[in-house]
Amino acid sequence: MSIILDHVNYTYSTGTAYEIQALKDINLTIEDGQFIGIIGHTGSGKSTLIQHLNGLIKATSGAIYYNGQDIYDEDYDLRTLRTKVGLVFQYPEHQLFETTIFDDVSFGPKNQGLSKEEAGLRAFEALSMVGLDENLYYQSPFELSGGQKRRVAIAGVIAMHPDVIILDEPTAGLDPKGRDEIFDLISKMHEEKNITVVLVSHSMEDVAKYVQRIIVMNDGEVMFDDTPDEVFKHYKELEQAGLAAPQVTYLMHELKEKGLDVDVNATTIDEAKRSILKALC
Amino acid sequence: MSIIKAKDLVHEYIRRDEDGNVKMIQTAINHVDMDIEEGSFVAVLGHNGSGKSTFAKHINVLLSPTEGTVWVDGKDTSNPLFTYPIRRTAGMVFQNPDNQIIASVVEEDVGFGPENIGVPTDEIWTRVEESLKSVGMIKYRTHSPNKLSGGQKQRVAIAGVMAMEPKCIILDEPTAMLDPNGRKEVLAAVHELNKKKGVTVILITHYMEEVVDCDRVFVMDSGKLVMQGTPKEVFSKVEELKEHRLDVPQITLLAHELKEAGLDIPEGILTREELVEALCRLS
Repeated sequence: MSIILDHVNYTYSTGTAYEIQALKDINLTIEDGQFIGIIGHTGSGKSTLIQHLNGLIKATSGAIYYNGQDIYDEDYDLRTLRTKVGLVFQYPEHQLFETTIFDDVSFGPKNQGLSKEEAGLRAFEALSMVGLDENLYYQSPFELSGGQKRRVAIAGVIAMHPDVIILDEPTAGLDPKGRDEIFDLISKMHEEKNITVVLVSHSMEDVAKYVQRIIVMNDGEVMFDDTPDEVFKHYKELEQAGLAAPQVTYLMHELKEKGLDVDVNATTIDEAKRSILKALC
Repeated sequence: MSIIKAKDLVHEYIRRDEDGNVKMIQTAINHVDMDIEEGSFVAVLGHNGSGKSTFAKHINVLLSPTEGTVWVDGKDTSNPLFTYPIRRTAGMVFQNPDNQIIASVVEEDVGFGPENIGVPTDEIWTRVEESLKSVGMIKYRTHSPNKLSGGQKQRVAIAGVMAMEPKCIILDEPTAMLDPNGRKEVLAAVHELNKKKGVTVILITHYMEEVVDCDRVFVMDSGKLVMQGTPKEVFSKVEELKEHRLDVPQITLLAHELKEAGLDIPEGILTREELVEALCRLS
């Protein structure tokens, strides 16, 4: 069970003056149950890449396999793929539309052809998963706070029971506590339901803290694809690609230069704390 | 001298049903006193729904007080005669750059504001040039805004406000939709305006790292002003900030945890340099 991208290329506006090659020969395997972060500056191809994963954009050339099946096969059912690979766009709360929160979350499963009861059960389960207070279920989604709305929107995708969930900057515009809540929710989903998570983020600190594997996109190509520790070793190259390493990485390098025996591969606060205490005590 | 002064400010959002009866009253600002010095760079922090954007809207009279008074450059915002003069004094930049750009060429977009207030044509062009230079976007003057990156668009939006020659500029989460590079560009442009032109800057943000270089930080929660001080003073109270759903910069948090673990380092460390220095002193 996995998603395989084999020599995928994508060009926008082919044959016009605005022709841009957004993806260049991408080869990736996304294994089941992984927690992956995708980073890259604006225009690096991240969004184009994730829209390939559930067939919203069709590659100009190359192939994509979901669980061993070619998704561009004529008799392949893209609808099923899209329920298996759920995509949460940026600012997903803009897509809420129903009169009650409960209806909004049951919309997806109903659309999948489930009965009203089953869809209701799914909605109930998804809403309790995202930790929304039961008193709110029958209120209008538009009366919630920003963080709550976003959780409802994510519940809408969870209710479809996807095997893979892709989130495009799920914490943009939220306050620090709201950011932590969303990330904790995503980690919980990953652990409890064993859902594969693909997360697009601009925050190196958050990526370092949560994910197991980082894919760095630069200029339509995969620049690095490794564990956070390994990827952030290349912090100088990341800077040239318009990115950065977590603050902690810079700190550890500076301490090392000053002669302290610390581990320069630390990327999270916990790792840095342990290493500094060990070096000093 | 203070350029913005709020005294006992209250703002209530009142919702009515079809018959005009009051359905719900939500107090977004609850008896706030605030003083912002002319020429300073201040930050307003607070969780989603804490009242910081409502406060910002009072500064250029998009809202007027339910109770209390706000003075901008000595003018009372509740007096309708002052509405337009105040809006010229205090310019506003919002979160989404795409919602603020209206023209199809960068320089025309920047010139829209001054043209609207009747500035003579020659002077409009001087102002457009000056403000595009001050945000480092002059070489894009004839470009189409929709081909720019998020950070560049946001800088064009700031230039548009600068062309009105305000004494004070309010930025409501200007970097929320930008990548790390875009964020750096916008902040650098704003700091430059503050230092070189003496423009008072009020920055509303969720990114604690952006606040480190400010002169003063205000923290809002549930419509109240709950903390204020220099970044050092405010960020040394890690636990109190967390109660307000906020955070501290990563370096400050690490320093705080190291101190808790028994290391002898000062509170309120804000930058990497400070922490490196403090740790090297120990070894």
